[in-house]
Amino acid sequence: MLAFIKEFYEFLKERKKYWLLPIIIVLAIFGILIVLSQGSAVAPFIYTIF
Amino acid sequence: MTTILGISAFYHDSAAALIEDGSIIAAAQEERFSRKKHDANYPVNAVDYVLKEGGLKLSQIDHIVFFEKPFLKFERLIETYLAFAPRGFKSFSMSMPIWLREKLFQKKYLFDHLKKHDENFSDINKIKFSEHHYSHAASAFFPSPFKESLVLTLDGVGEWATTTVAIGKESKLKILKEIHFPHSLGLLYSAFTYYTGFKVNSGEYKVMGLAPYGRPKFKDLIIKKLMDLKDDGSFRLNMKYFSFATGLTMTNKKFSDLFGEPVRDPKRDQLTQFHMDIAASIQAVTEEIVLKMSKSLAEEYRIKNLCLAGGVALNCVANGKILKDKLFENIWIQPAAGDAGGSLGAALAYWHSELNMPRKSYEDQMKGSYLGPKFDNSHIEEKLKSLKANYKKYDTKEVITLTAKQLSNEKTVGWFQGRMEFGPRALGGRSILADPRSEKMQKELNLKIKFRESFRPFAPSILRDDLNEWFELNNDSPYMLLVSEVKKNKQIKMNEKEENLFGIDKLNVKRSSIPAITHVDYSARIQTVHRETNPRYYDLIEEFKRNTNCPVLVNTSFNVRGEPIVCSIEDAFNCFMGTNLDVLVLEDFILFKEQQDKSLIKDYKNKFELD
Repeated sequence: MLAFIKEFYEFLKERKKYWLLPIIIVLAIFGILIVLSQGSAVAPFIYTIF
Repeated sequence: MTTILGISAFYHDSAAALIEDGSIIAAAQEERFSRKKHDANYPVNAVDYVLKEGGLKLSQIDHIVFFEKPFLKFERLIETYLAFAPRGFKSFSMSMPIWLREKLFQKKYLFDHLKKHDENFSDINKIKFSEHHYSHAASAFFPSPFKESLVLTLDGVGEWATTTVAIGKESKLKILKEIHFPHSLGLLYSAFTYYTGFKVNSGEYKVMGLAPYGRPKFKDLIIKKLMDLKDDGSFRLNMKYFSFATGLTMTNKKFSDLFGEPVRDPKRDQLTQFHMDIAASIQAVTEEIVLKMSKSLAEEYRIKNLCLAGGVALNCVANGKILKDKLFENIWIQPAAGDAGGSLGAALAYWHSELNMPRKSYEDQMKGSYLGPKFDNSHIEEKLKSLKANYKKYDTKEVITLTAKQLSNEKTVGWFQGRMEFGPRALGGRSILADPRSEKMQKELNLKIKFRESFRPFAPSILRDDLNEWFELNNDSPYMLLVSEVKKNKQIKMNEKEENLFGIDKLNVKRSSIPAITHVDYSARIQTVHRETNPRYYDLIEEFKRNTNCPVLVNTSFNVRGEPIVCSIEDAFNCFMGTNLDVLVLEDFILFKEQQDKSLIKDYKNKFELD
């Protein structure tokens, strides 16, 4: 996880998109909740732009 | 020796490719092994295969390169959702769990999968990432025969880019211009694929095949309402009409209202002249954009070569028009132009651009695109015995003579030999072959063998030396990615009554001396066959020519509709027994349908979903 945070930080630095950080933190918190609250996530989507 | 494994996966058309010191050793798509069309899962079988072909264990691989950058893609997603908010909440709530659980941690996810191939593989830092469109551009330029070239990549979307222009010079490749999501020619074409009732990401071929039956009545409307198209071919889509950016469909109600009909439901609604006109219109728009782009690039950079990749580069009709326009002296298209080819591109990009290694030669490096598995005679015999097939072995020369004779008697032949092709086209390794002179052949192949719509055209394979005599083309087209007209003196002009026929009715008119491969607009998607890359197939067509004076064969992929092209002996035998194919040739073995045990005949076509 530490390696991931480091890599993601480097990515934000490289792209100069620090403003994404708070969004990602909020998303991560929500994400954990979503992951905990459901068994599996599926994507019945017409075009895989995710 | 440095080995690099390239991987594309998790969106559509997963694949793996292996290069050794810059030489392409093997490449294959996962769908061929898993038998799931456009399989998007981690390509476990394809990786196993390329490692086996290279005689390597995963722990011996020096670098592993994934074909796109997940962080960049995530950035695009977040920014897109923000830009469109509050619209798109449903799509957002569906995508985020997957991203936060898996896709954002792709490196670890890949590492866990890779470890299953070889428990001694332990270095996660061997995994690298290449940009989606850089992978495409690399797959188009580095294996091409050009020392210097413009490289145009066009597809749905990667991270941000949907269209890029790059210049390749020797072993350097630099992206110069990009068009960003949501403005995408690939997604525009896919929106019309969806609107005409075909499956997005696989039915685009059908739209292209349907186009010659219609008239481009809506071309101006599309250009005027759906986009802002500039003279240099760059464009912006009018997102008022589309919902692919954040919605769960490609188009919205405004789009349907604009053209006057709802989205076609393939289960309920027939294809009508309206859909043919829509197909003709979007095809004409695509051609106009691609031609404008290539014209302005040719004028701006004055480079005589052009390389193409990305899903839109599989639009062989548009490719043929670029060539016809004579803006470039030479065009080379990556045969695996879609996302599968990204695996090869990612590996080549790392070798040349990160490791700074020079290119070895300036000849086509794709080996005819025969980069997949091959089976020897002893393996084939063993399999045929276990399948309870009735077969006979011949020497190679006899195989050629007998097969050519069967073809000239209007028999349909499953032709399985050599290494499997990489990319969506069958090029004489896993093909169904037939006599193009036969008037009934197009219908028969479509309805009795491929079990698909009768309007779908078939493509010819022709000996390179005879190309000029039969088609209005004089360039190599080894990967079946250029469309050109049948030579004027081979065409049969339609009379006034026939000329006025509409849509599918035109199909019944004999249009040339090789009607099975002549589309209603006299065009054909040509594969030139070269002795250097596929001697056995070359010899077969040469023998057919000796018998018939015709150096052309119908060549369609060895599968039924919705099925991935056959890969193994079992796949080929099952397809042979499940269809009305007359003869099956597997290297030196020949099987005749009437000699097979009738109890082995299977219900086959319903196994695969219509695309």
